[in-house]
Amino acid sequence: MSNPSRRKLITAGLAATAGASGIAVAAKLADQYGLIPPDHGGIYGPGQTLTYAAHRLLTHNSLAREFPRSQISNPAYVNGKPPKDEVFTRLQAGGFADWRLTVDGMVARPASFSVRELKSYPSSTQITHLACEEGWSFIAEWTGVPLSHVLNLVGILPQAKYVVFLTIQRRWWGSVDMEDALHPQTLITYGMNGGNLPAGNGGPLRLRVPRQLGYKSLKYITHMTVTDSVKGFGKGLGASSPEGGYAWYAGI
Amino acid sequence: MADSAWIPSIAPAVSTQTSASRHTVLVRVTHWITTLCFFALLVTGIEILISHPRFYWGEVGNALTPSLFDIPIPASRGAVKTGYSFVLPDQNGWSRSLHFQAGWLMVFTGFLYVVSGLYAGHFRKTLLPAKSDLSRRVLWREIGNHLRFKPPSAAEAWSYNILQRLTYLLVIFVLFPLIIWTGLAMSPAFTSAFPAAVNVFGGQQSARTIHFFVTLFLVLFLLVHILMVCLAGFKSRMRAMITGRVDALKEQS
Repeated sequence: MSNPSRRKLITAGLAATAGASGIAVAAKLADQYGLIPPDHGGIYGPGQTLTYAAHRLLTHNSLAREFPRSQISNPAYVNGKPPKDEVFTRLQAGGFADWRLTVDGMVARPASFSVRELKSYPSSTQITHLACEEGWSFIAEWTGVPLSHVLNLVGILPQAKYVVFLTIQRRWWGSVDMEDALHPQTLITYGMNGGNLPAGNGGPLRLRVPRQLGYKSLKYITHMTVTDSVKGFGKGLGASSPEGGYAWYAGI
Repeated sequence: MADSAWIPSIAPAVSTQTSASRHTVLVRVTHWITTLCFFALLVTGIEILISHPRFYWGEVGNALTPSLFDIPIPASRGAVKTGYSFVLPDQNGWSRSLHFQAGWLMVFTGFLYVVSGLYAGHFRKTLLPAKSDLSRRVLWREIGNHLRFKPPSAAEAWSYNILQRLTYLLVIFVLFPLIIWTGLAMSPAFTSAFPAAVNVFGGQQSARTIHFFVTLFLVLFLLVHILMVCLAGFKSRMRAMITGRVDALKEQS
């Protein structure tokens, strides 16, 4: 009489052990292959991790859709207003000639670039979609220097895993993994629709990550730190957005 | 075996099945996980929607472009002119995180349900309509029965009528796949790898609009589903979906 139930118990026990060790091995492998996002903890961690891991496996080297010139949104949409503080106003009055983008962290040659210097490097132009998490979107032509070019100039060290971006607005900061940092469409943008990037759209310098939602394309960037861990930044979740409940990875 | 041997006209056969299971454990468990996920997705979807209660067609849409239609509600963000003088509290952060997490759980649950259903012949045996039931006469009779709110016979506690079968097949194999697909079509990363997923809809905003309409159909299904459960006998149907048991004698009275 006890035989069938004992057999069941043993089978269930074996299955549970196999399942638990399977999950442990999967977690280890996922970490090794960079499939675990900085915001993997907390109650929504499983969802964030599944999305990030699935996208990293599915979208390796894929390019965001680009559009013909005729599809550029006219007028371009402007979300929010540029900072009003004294520092930004002064820099803006000077035509952003004194704006600097400093790069430090795990790099061979820490450096600081002016907008003019960045414009002197080989440029890249893309007509891509910017979609906000709210639901609206627009298409614009973005011009800038590929982030990978700047990273090559400063020489990233092999252990680098993230590039952390700070902006002139303390409450807005974030980071991208090396896959996005070295992606050909990831730009430090200084131009839009043929002119300078307007301050309302993030000028003089805006990060552009077209495979993710708009909030990942940080405006007014001033500082980049190459690092192997985002733990030391803010609450350690990799960006200001997860501190407000939003996913660090915004590919959706 | 019980399924294929059952004949609706033989009433005693029903009462002998009192101890049999109306729904398998797998169907019951996946049903309630799906219910939970659906409510999470619906509530958080509404939260996300109210940050921009306007819909568009094509690739782009924003406060500067004409909309296809507006939902006449106040928004949770200031970017949209809604006609209301106030802005609702913004709950997008956790709403988005829960929306995607519930989406993942629902996709896994649905996958398990569909694969096991195909393997066990669940869809063929319980949902695929018989050819004879697809005649206009039977369809009209069933529609008539429904419109007259005619309570189902005891036999129907053990099987689905033709309208139920068609509706369930539509929900499982058309509406759910479409809501997942239109959701993925809004992802800039997913569409970088699979651009056709969004291009077939004519653009990301079209996908968002279709996502909204499929939601409306699913909510309509849910309302009718709950209404039908109430009409057929709330207690007995709930018991069947929770414990799997049907009290056949009670059904007959």
